[in-house]
Amino acid sequence: MTQMDYTRAAKYFLLQDVWQGFRLGMKYFFAPKATLNYPHEKGPLSPRFRGEHALRRYPNGEERCIACKLCEAVCPAQAITIDAEPRDDGSRRTTRYDIDMTKCIYCGFCQEACPVDAIVEGPNFEFSTETREELYYDKAKLLENGDRWESEIAHNLELDAPYR
Amino acid sequence: MIEFFTNTNLGIVLVILGQSLLVLVPLLLALAFLMYADRKVWAAVQMRKGPNVVGAFGLLQSFADFLKYIVKEIVVPAGADKFVFFLAPMIAFVLAVIAWAVIPFNDGWVLADINVAILYIFAISSLEVYGVIMGGWASNSKYPFLGSLRSAAQMISYEVSIGLIIVGVIISTGSLNFGDIVAAQDGAGGIFSWYWVAHFPMLFLFFISALAETNRPPFDLPEAESELVAGYQVEYSSTPFLLFMIGELMAVVLMCALVSLLFLGGWLSPIPGLPDGILWMVLKMGFCFFIFAMVKAITPRYRYDQLMRIGWKVFLPMSLAWVVIVSFLAKYEVLGGFWARWTMGG
Repeated sequence: MTQMDYTRAAKYFLLQDVWQGFRLGMKYFFAPKATLNYPHEKGPLSPRFRGEHALRRYPNGEERCIACKLCEAVCPAQAITIDAEPRDDGSRRTTRYDIDMTKCIYCGFCQEACPVDAIVEGPNFEFSTETREELYYDKAKLLENGDRWESEIAHNLELDAPYR
Repeated sequence: MIEFFTNTNLGIVLVILGQSLLVLVPLLLALAFLMYADRKVWAAVQMRKGPNVVGAFGLLQSFADFLKYIVKEIVVPAGADKFVFFLAPMIAFVLAVIAWAVIPFNDGWVLADINVAILYIFAISSLEVYGVIMGGWASNSKYPFLGSLRSAAQMISYEVSIGLIIVGVIISTGSLNFGDIVAAQDGAGGIFSWYWVAHFPMLFLFFISALAETNRPPFDLPEAESELVAGYQVEYSSTPFLLFMIGELMAVVLMCALVSLLFLGGWLSPIPGLPDGILWMVLKMGFCFFIFAMVKAITPRYRYDQLMRIGWKVFLPMSLAWVVIVSFLAKYEVLGGFWARWTMGG
C-alpha cells in the first residue's frame, strides 16, 4: 500500500485553499479600485502618443507641407495619397492630401519621415465616426485638425525634441 | 366581505393569487438587486468598480439589462425544434418560481404549508434539469448539446448527496415541514442551537453541492465559457435567454433560502433575547448569497472528472456515513437529544 499524505488530506478536507482564497479575495474586495471612469477620467498620455493625424501650419498661416511625398512613400499601409502642383507664387504645395484612416496603422513613420514637421500624429484618440466615409480624411480636414490641436502638438514636439 | 374570500371559489382563487404575487413581486425585485450585487462583489474582488452608471451607484443596471433583453430580436436556429426550443426556458423559469411556494419567510408566512415541503422542493429541483436538457437538445447545435449533457450528469450526481444531507436534518427533526425544521432549531443556545452545529460538516457539503446543483462556479461546466461558449444557452437570445438567466439566479437564491432554513435557523434570532422575524431570514439569505458571489470570484473551474470524483467518491460516502451516525445519535439521544430534537419538546 502506498504511503498516504495526511497533511494533504487534512488540507483537502478542511478546505484550506478555499479559506486562503477567501482571505485573499476579501483583501482585494476592500482594496482601492483600479477602474478609471473613462469619459470623465482619462489616463496619462505620453508626448509620443500617436493618435489622430494633423497637418500643421507655420505661425504666419502658411502650411508647412512642401509635397515632398516622403510620407506617402514610407507609409507601410499605403494610406496616404498626395497630388502636388506649383502654386501661383511658384512654391510647390499639395493640391490633394488624403489619409485613409481605416488603412492607417498608426506606426508614426509619416511624422518620422516629414522633414518640416508638417504631418504629425496628435494626442487625440477620440475620433470615432458613425460611417466609414467620414474616416477618409482630406487635406481640409487634416489642416483643421492641425489648427485645433496646434498648442498640444507643439508642446508635445517640444517635450520630445531632446530625444529626436 | 370576509365570507366572499373564504367561502366562494372565486374568492379563494383571488386570495391565492394575491398571496402568490405578494411572494413573487418582492422576490423578482430582490432578484434584480441580487444580480447587481453579484456583479459588484465579483468586480470588487477583481479591483474593478462594476456597474456604476445606470441610476445611483448603478443600482438600476439590472432593470436596464432586463429591458434590453426584452426588446432584442429572438433568433431561432435553423433546424431547431421550435416547440421544445421555446418550452425549455419557460420550464426552467416556472420550475424555479414554483419551488418558492413552500419556502416560509417567517413563522407561518408560507404559501403552501404542506407536510412534505422538502420532498416537494427536491422533486422540483430534480425537474429543473429538464429545462437545461431540452434547451440544449432543441437548439440543434453542438455546444449547447454538450453543455446540457454535462449539466444533466452534474445535477443528478449532486442531487444524491443533497438528498442524503437533507435526510440527516429530517432525522433530527422528525418532520419534512420547514416550519417544524426551523422550530426544532429554536433553543436556549441561540445561534448554537441551529443545525449548523449539530450537522456541522454537512453545512459545507450542502453548500458545495448547492453550487454544483445550480451550475455556479467552480462547477459551471455546463456553461464553461472557455470551452462551450455558454453551454445550453448559446443559441438563446432575448426573452428566452432572460428566462434562463432569471431561472438560474432564482435557483441560487432558493439554495440560499434552503441553507438558511435547514442549517442557519431560518427566521430565528442568533441571540436568545432578540425577537425572531423575517429580517433574520433575509439577512441569512443575503449572507449566503454573498458567499455564493465570493466563491464565484475566488475559485477556478473544476475539471469534469474532478467534479464527478468529488460528487461520487467524497460527498456521497461522507453524507451517507453522516446519515448512519445521526441515526444512532438520535436513536440513543446522545447529549440529551441534541440530534433528536423531537424528544426535547421543540
